[in-house]
Amino acid sequence: MGGFFKKNGSIISTFFLIAITFWLIFLILIPQLYMLDLSFRPNLPPLLRGGPDDVYTLTHYKHFVFGSETSKDAYNYVDIGVFVDTIGTAILVTIINLCFCYPIAFYIAKLATPNATRLLILALIIPFWINELLRSFAIRILFAGEGVINNLLLEMGLLDAAVNFIALDVALYTGLTYAYILLMIFPLYNALETLDTNQLEAAKDLGSSTIRTHWRIVIPHAKAGIASGSTMVFMLTAGALATPVVLSSPNTFWFTQLIYQWFNMNDNWSRGSAYSIILLVVSVAFVLLMMRIFRVAIGEVVR
Amino acid sequence: MSADVELQGVSIAFGDFYAAKNVNVKIEAGEFFSFLGPSGCGKTTLLRAVSGFLEPSEGKVLIGGQNMSGIGPNKRPTSLIFQNLALFPLMSVADNIAFSLEVRGVSKQARRKRADELLDLVALNGQGDKKVHELSGGQKQRVAIARALAVEPEVLLLDEPLSALDLKLRQKMRTELRAIQQRVGITFIYITHDQGEALTMSDRVGVMNDGQLEQVGSCYEVYQAPSTPFVATFVGENNAFSGKVEKVSKSIAKVNVEGTSFSGSVGRTTLGDPHPVGVGDDVIIFVRPESLSLAKGAKAPKNNFSADIETIEFEGNLKNIYLKSNKNKSIRFSVPSVFDTSDLTPGSTIELSFATESAIVLPSGPLALD
Ligand SMILES: Nc1ncnc2c1ncn2[C@@H]1O[C@H](COP(=O)(O)OP(=O)(O)OP(=O)(O)O)[C@@H](O)[C@H]1O
Ligand SMILES: [Mg+2]
Repeated sequence: MGGFFKKNGSIISTFFLIAITFWLIFLILIPQLYMLDLSFRPNLPPLLRGGPDDVYTLTHYKHFVFGSETSKDAYNYVDIGVFVDTIGTAILVTIINLCFCYPIAFYIAKLATPNATRLLILALIIPFWINELLRSFAIRILFAGEGVINNLLLEMGLLDAAVNFIALDVALYTGLTYAYILLMIFPLYNALETLDTNQLEAAKDLGSSTIRTHWRIVIPHAKAGIASGSTMVFMLTAGALATPVVLSSPNTFWFTQLIYQWFNMNDNWSRGSAYSIILLVVSVAFVLLMMRIFRVAIGEVVR
Repeated sequence: MSADVELQGVSIAFGDFYAAKNVNVKIEAGEFFSFLGPSGCGKTTLLRAVSGFLEPSEGKVLIGGQNMSGIGPNKRPTSLIFQNLALFPLMSVADNIAFSLEVRGVSKQARRKRADELLDLVALNGQGDKKVHELSGGQKQRVAIARALAVEPEVLLLDEPLSALDLKLRQKMRTELRAIQQRVGITFIYITHDQGEALTMSDRVGVMNDGQLEQVGSCYEVYQAPSTPFVATFVGENNAFSGKVEKVSKSIAKVNVEGTSFSGSVGRTTLGDPHPVGVGDDVIIFVRPESLSLAKGAKAPKNNFSADIETIEFEGNLKNIYLKSNKNKSIRFSVPSVFDTSDLTPGSTIELSFATESAIVLPSGPLALD
């Protein structure tokens, strides 16, 4: 701490400390703790809050697992289904994203000339100046029944009838993959850029095929970047709202949409909080499990 | 098995810039050949053309008599040791060494066995399970050699592999590299900017300057009979006196250096013929610091000149005496350390001379920068 002050000067150091403390306490810790607390309380009208009925309860978590008391099902198949779907889709989207971004990041980091690198990075960033909602609508326009892709394919004679990309969730997957592409590419790029090009050449000189070089040398080197990108993409995809609202088919429901409903439409903040906490805890647990399996230390991811 | 390597008119261009210009040399099978030249003269570039990472813009590379154009690095019977070694940091030492076998689908046990054999060869017995970062500089060096030898190359290419080591270790590794080369009996092409390294290890050296191969010869030839002013000054130390030829007879040239006459033997071209120097030509006469001697007490001193002593440096086996001639030219004079220099004090003037046979006269040309 003393070293930190010495290195940065007392004014800047104090500013940093205050800013970080404020950020941690007011923007992260307090709201999350408040939500956590709320999720264990019954949903009471304002007048009864703090009264004798305001006791800690598990009803919202029970509701997620078993459904409402009036339902006949043993479990809350609808909500659990949506939850599993959301996590499953987020995993799939993360994998697609990784497969799509890895070659791009490798190309930018190791193969492109410096000029091409700059150009490509710009080309990747500029579309993200447009906000997420507009980008989602743009993708909807592409994939709609009367949309650009259908029209093109029909005109070229490759299709006899328009395909309903929205109902097939093709639009949703595309939109979600594209939404967080930068959060995958940049950690990958950073990791790959530090790889000594001589190692690629050495592997080649020793007779290694391109695939083996990637498998044995490039991917192990980029492991932390892969973990970091995948974690961010997975977390954000699982927690996305705008893209699923715009692009999901009428019968696909994203878990965040449920949370949104509890908060806003049903005015049940406690249940909304409980559902948020469930999503958060399961996502974090899943990420930690994956890091365990692939033997990535948490310190490496944030490097 | 070892193969010869022949470069025929190899030029390599990056845009308009030629990093190698019309290089011709034949390296014999089983030879330890060094390319010696200053930083940036195109050594790495030339080696990349031999290993196949680069195609020459002009000319061709033949290995074992076979034209290598269009054949990639993984298909050539060469193996390259990189300037920074390029070991795989996330693999164990044994996995590094056996990587080329893994690529070919050799079984795990056979791989381990071969890795252990190679570790023995480079004197690293029992270090196979270590991670690369747990090794010292010299040990990494040996792992790189073992990894390159695992493919059983006919030609091993080494790009300044000792440059990262400290002096003592470098000297030890020189001997060791030479020993390994003799044990495996394959062609070694070694690149270095360190003349000591080149001269101690090689059968022959090729001295490069600015993309050109200036002279190829045994270490002795390159030192004793340089063909160009660059070689004369780059390999070892040399005193250079520029002047004009006054007279030539029987390969002895008399040169007028700012009013003083010096005689020296006319140097030979790369092809072995005497340089065609005539009266009035601009030439440089080269005298090694150890070829100078004190004129005082000599029987019939020739090629005398006087100079003022500036400093005396003790360098272990030698003493270097730095002088300024009356024409304000820096002179270096070396004597064995046992030589009594008590009457040579800075500021005093001494008379020096050299034997005609020990001086070499070459047509003017660029010198190596100090
Ligand atoms: N890919 C490239 N593009 C353009 N110029 C290059 C390239 N590679 C090398 N050069 C140039 O070619 C010249 C020779 O480079 P090279 O790496 O062969 O030198 P070197 O003799 O190995 O030097 P060192 O002893 O410092 O390693 C240098 O002037 C360098 O700038
Ligand atoms: Mg080099």
